[in-house]
Amino acid sequence: MAETIKIGIADIAVSKDPNIITTLGLGSCIGIAMYDPQTKIGGLVHVMLPDSTKIRAGASSNAAKFADTGIQKLLDMMLKAGASKSRITAKIAGGAKMFEVSGSTDVGNVGDRNAEASRAKLKALGIRIVGDDCGANYGRTVELHCADGKYVIKAVGKPLRTL
Amino acid sequence: MSKFESLQEVNEKYFDVLKEIGNIGAGNATTSIANMLGIKIDMKVPAVQLLSFQELETAICPEEEVIVGIFLGVTDDITGSMMFLMRLESARYLVNILMMSPDNTSLEFNEMELSALQEIGNIIAGSYLNALATMTNLKIQPTVPHLSIDMAAAILSVPAIMFGMDGDSALMISTEFGDDVKIDGHFILLPELDSYDKILEALGIPV
Repeated sequence: MAETIKIGIADIAVSKDPNIITTLGLGSCIGIAMYDPQTKIGGLVHVMLPDSTKIRAGASSNAAKFADTGIQKLLDMMLKAGASKSRITAKIAGGAKMFEVSGSTDVGNVGDRNAEASRAKLKALGIRIVGDDCGANYGRTVELHCADGKYVIKAVGKPLRTL
Repeated sequence: MSKFESLQEVNEKYFDVLKEIGNIGAGNATTSIANMLGIKIDMKVPAVQLLSFQELETAICPEEEVIVGIFLGVTDDITGSMMFLMRLESARYLVNILMMSPDNTSLEFNEMELSALQEIGNIIAGSYLNALATMTNLKIQPTVPHLSIDMAAAILSVPAIMFGMDGDSALMISTEFGDDVKIDGHFILLPELDSYDKILEALGIPV
């Protein structure tokens, strides 16, 4: 029986075939999924902010909150669960601009910065991005299917998209 | 430069003061919307909550339920932003009164209705900020409102991220009013950290 594991904002989980890991209503946050097709181990992290080093010291100790530390932690958890780094690929979604605020304010561009920071961290770790659905102005619910690595994206008034 | 380390510190230390500001602001906002629409109101005491991000995502409704979010910048003596959120049924009810189309039950809004919603948001947020300005004797101006209708968690990710830069919790003020139909409204005030110093000092509270 497949089990569905739901993670919240600034949250992380790793599981395996046949389970599904989901997070509901990603806005400007990013859902980064990792998958190893041989062991069928998958993981998902829901990060809120691009960079753990750019905020006030002591403001948070939750690694899953930031793209840089969250992606690192997800990889560590994947490896610990038995995945092999050479086989792990990533898919990312989210990073929307929920309000059309002009200029380079935090509200205006945090989605883009989250997406860029996620891509940069994955690149630095040598993990290939095989699916990317970031940006635009709408929220997304995502599901990672550990059976086959499919990353299903749902949005209000839009057809399902599978990465 | 703020005397505070983080919003979390302010929220925890001055919870009672912020709660009072929230009560007065929300009361004022509710009264002006009732006056504008000519409806009788029966308002409950607003609930002021300090929530973790996980709690914030489901504080109004389940994560995937579609809600209306209105976002405005705040300028002048205080800088930052604020949000007003409500469920679709509440938004439909208010728009129907304003547009004089009482039988419309659609949960989609046309162009005209969207600008009506934006105007409602403008008035609600404006009177909330007015109350704060009167209390503190500070100049507070809202900027043009921005509207988003989407999944609750996606809209709430915006304030979560703003609070997230400083800590792990968010302050939300929820109010319920109405005559026949209950209308829910939720305010999230997001001042810059140094604006808190100004607000508290203006109220004569030692920081």
